[in-house]
Amino acid sequence: MTRALFTHLVKDLRIEWRTLDAMISMLFFSGLVVVLFSIAFDPRGAFAQQIAGGVLCVATMFASVSALNQAWSREIRHQVMDAQRMVPSPGAELYLAKAIANFLFVTIVQVLLAPFFFIFYNLHIAGQGWLLLLVLPLGTWALVGNGVFFAALSMSSRNRELLLSIILFPIFIPALLAMVQATTSIFTGDSDPTLWIKMLLGYDIIFTTASLLLFDVIFHAE
Amino acid sequence: MNVNASAAAGKTPSARFDQVSKLFGTFAALRQVSLDLEPGRCYVLLGPNGAGKSTLLRILAGLLRPSHGTVRVFGNSDPHESRARIGYMSHAAMLYDELTAQENLLYFRSLYPGRACLEPADALRQVGLDPDLNRYVGQYSQGMRQRTSLARVLLHVPDLLLLDEPFSNMDVESVRQMVELLARFRQSARTIVLTTHQRDLAAPIADWVITLQAGRVASLDRGAPTA
Repeated sequence: MTRALFTHLVKDLRIEWRTLDAMISMLFFSGLVVVLFSIAFDPRGAFAQQIAGGVLCVATMFASVSALNQAWSREIRHQVMDAQRMVPSPGAELYLAKAIANFLFVTIVQVLLAPFFFIFYNLHIAGQGWLLLLVLPLGTWALVGNGVFFAALSMSSRNRELLLSIILFPIFIPALLAMVQATTSIFTGDSDPTLWIKMLLGYDIIFTTASLLLFDVIFHAE
Repeated sequence: MNVNASAAAGKTPSARFDQVSKLFGTFAALRQVSLDLEPGRCYVLLGPNGAGKSTLLRILAGLLRPSHGTVRVFGNSDPHESRARIGYMSHAAMLYDELTAQENLLYFRSLYPGRACLEPADALRQVGLDPDLNRYVGQYSQGMRQRTSLARVLLHVPDLLLLDEPFSNMDVESVRQMVELLARFRQSARTIVLTTHQRDLAAPIADWVITLQAGRVASLDRGAPTA
């Protein structure tokens, strides 16, 4: 980890610790999704096992979007972004630091949400539960890695919140599918999630590499 | 009108504008501006709103690209090559509200690896702020933000200092202190370009006064610096 990356990361974590802007909105949205789905569907028996993976992913997705929308808002306010564009350290480090910070925020929300999720959906893991420790981070990284990149791309737009969802969700669909299928396989134990996990890993490598290579172009665009 | 004072003096300019125009859609913010900026000089840009002062500064800072013409800063046609040597202060504070002044400066200082930077506390003292003030910048008055912003741009000791309306929101005493600070800065062979609507405030340090009108250099007057 380079010094600039560490500096950006510490700054983002410090500001979030002081304001809790992203964490509060994420907890609210994800909690709402979990509770509403448990009311809308009968959360008992095998059906709960079937839909739980999807609910978890949707809750993560909506929660992340609220945080991602704020990822660059502090940089836009008071034109701090101009100061960032003038420093000699590469913009890709700022991107990576923001992605790591948002990854940590979403992971914390997932950890806080997990007990409620298991209680509301009366879940019993039939498959290899430890694989969730691979699936959830990989899926979360797919979301925040792309999300931070596209949030930067849309930050100069007036309708940036809307634009982010419009760009991000279609691109995230392959990772969403892999995440839901892998999670459902783990909950039900019906099939092997390995293929889906490999797909998530491949998705993460490709999109993170592309984002790192392209970030300076959008960062320095007028 | 061309401004080529440094070429006449045989000095290598800090920055050179050659027939630079900047278009925003069909609106021309700058029109064929040619300009040489010498080291150790202070240039004051005057002009009404929309004359192109801020656009000129943003092009020098590398935040905007010219639509036509070329800009060289310290000999580089790509301004990004020179960005470690440029300090830019805009109308906005360019600081994080949720951090203290010290934390803001420590953060930006870390982003200039390999450059001899001032200590944040020293930079704050130079602009007349108490480095031990443990308040978030969001709780500062407009004038204090302005000073902290100036401390931020002085932090990495830039060779080219670009200040957009630095005297706005400042009381008379603060302006006097800032002018003294800028005079010391200029004496160390560094270039200052500042925009203002208040010609009198900048007069003590102005080597050249450039008036922009509708994106063109309308007049160039030699100043009579006293500081």
